[in-house]
Amino acid sequence: MASDALTTSSYIKHHLTNLTYGQFPEGHAHAGHWGFAHSGEEAAAMGFWAINVDSMLFSIGLGVLFLALFRMAAKTASVDTPSGWQNFVEWIVEFIDDSVRGSFSGKNPLVAPLALTLFVWIFLMNLMDLIAVDHIPWLASLMGVSHLKIVPTTDPNITFGLALPVFFLVLYYSIKIKGVGGFFGELAFHPFPKWMFPVNLLLEGVTLIARPLSHSLRLFGNLYAGEMIFILIALMYGGGMALGFFGGLLQLGWAIFHILIITLQAFIFMTLTIVYLDMASQESH
Amino acid sequence: MNFNATLIGQTITFIVFVWFCMKFVWPPIMNALAERKKKIADGLAAAERGLHEKVLAEERAREILREAKEQAGEIIHRADKRAAEIVDEAKVDARAEGDRLKTAAAAEIDQQLNRVREQLRGQVVSIALAGAGKVLEREVDEATHGELLKKLAADI
Repeated sequence: MASDALTTSSYIKHHLTNLTYGQFPEGHAHAGHWGFAHSGEEAAAMGFWAINVDSMLFSIGLGVLFLALFRMAAKTASVDTPSGWQNFVEWIVEFIDDSVRGSFSGKNPLVAPLALTLFVWIFLMNLMDLIAVDHIPWLASLMGVSHLKIVPTTDPNITFGLALPVFFLVLYYSIKIKGVGGFFGELAFHPFPKWMFPVNLLLEGVTLIARPLSHSLRLFGNLYAGEMIFILIALMYGGGMALGFFGGLLQLGWAIFHILIITLQAFIFMTLTIVYLDMASQESH
Repeated sequence: MNFNATLIGQTITFIVFVWFCMKFVWPPIMNALAERKKKIADGLAAAERGLHEKVLAEERAREILREAKEQAGEIIHRADKRAAEIVDEAKVDARAEGDRLKTAAAAEIDQQLNRVREQLRGQVVSIALAGAGKVLEREVDEATHGELLKKLAADI
């Protein structure tokens, strides 16, 4: 942002780069030292043991915000006179509870809080997308931060970080409820007859593995694309008065449409989690 | 799009958040909701009961009112009867008293009549004797004709 030679591609690239903290690789000027990567390539070169500080900060911050607000309502939850905020929280909680009751047939005290956390947390993270793309990174650049992505769900690390625990929960409950044999049988003796079990295993295995992938990539893809469009619209502001005005209208329209997308994606993620856990908990296939 | 330790960080964060939500957020809210649901149900049931009791009470009130009316009617009826009896008794008494008074008056009248008659009879005898004496110029002796004259006076 701060550089004078600001081109369209560098602008886009800049906006899609996380603020990554890690160890500089061999061949770098600061090889062996720990620090913030200055570009996407540098971040990639840092390998696995680097961390996207911006994603983590916003993710944790929004999660804490969600838990604090809901805890406040839970602490003061009164039976007789629910206040405004408590009403709102109760409305969401009842909505989640209905969804869980509708999709989850078993009895598991984990599923509903899990669904609530996922829904509200993802919604809040998605909501960051509606803040104009340049505002917070610009503020951060004033404080010397080179890169900042404020929408955690446009970082695949974050969406996989949500989908993988769900996947492990699915495995855990599948084995706990059906037993190892039952779970294996579900994978091996379906949909074709038993003697074709290698084919079955392959098909069902792919299905199983595809679940966390599609689960997390759906959220990531939608939000990444949405963010991308916001960035492209933001580019128009540099193109003179008329184009800037048109861009403003576009941004407004896309933002309004995006309200639907972010809510929908949060809801889809939550519902899929419930459905996967329900499938894992069901005795018969 | 490169994977790094953020994945692990996010996983741990997620687990901690879900644990917190499950422990401190979900149960109190659900409890409050369940309790309110129960309270509302209780309230509605109480209202229903109250309504039922009101209907019963109204019925009882009507019953009591009807009984009271009946009793009042009976009391009035009895009072009427008693009044009639009293009037009748009074009539009988009055008639008896009247008769008694009439009889007494009649008896007194008879007495007085007899007394007057006796007086008159005596006076008539005297007058007759005097008259006859004057007419017969001493021929009539009071002693001898007295008997005859007394008989005459009794005939009067």
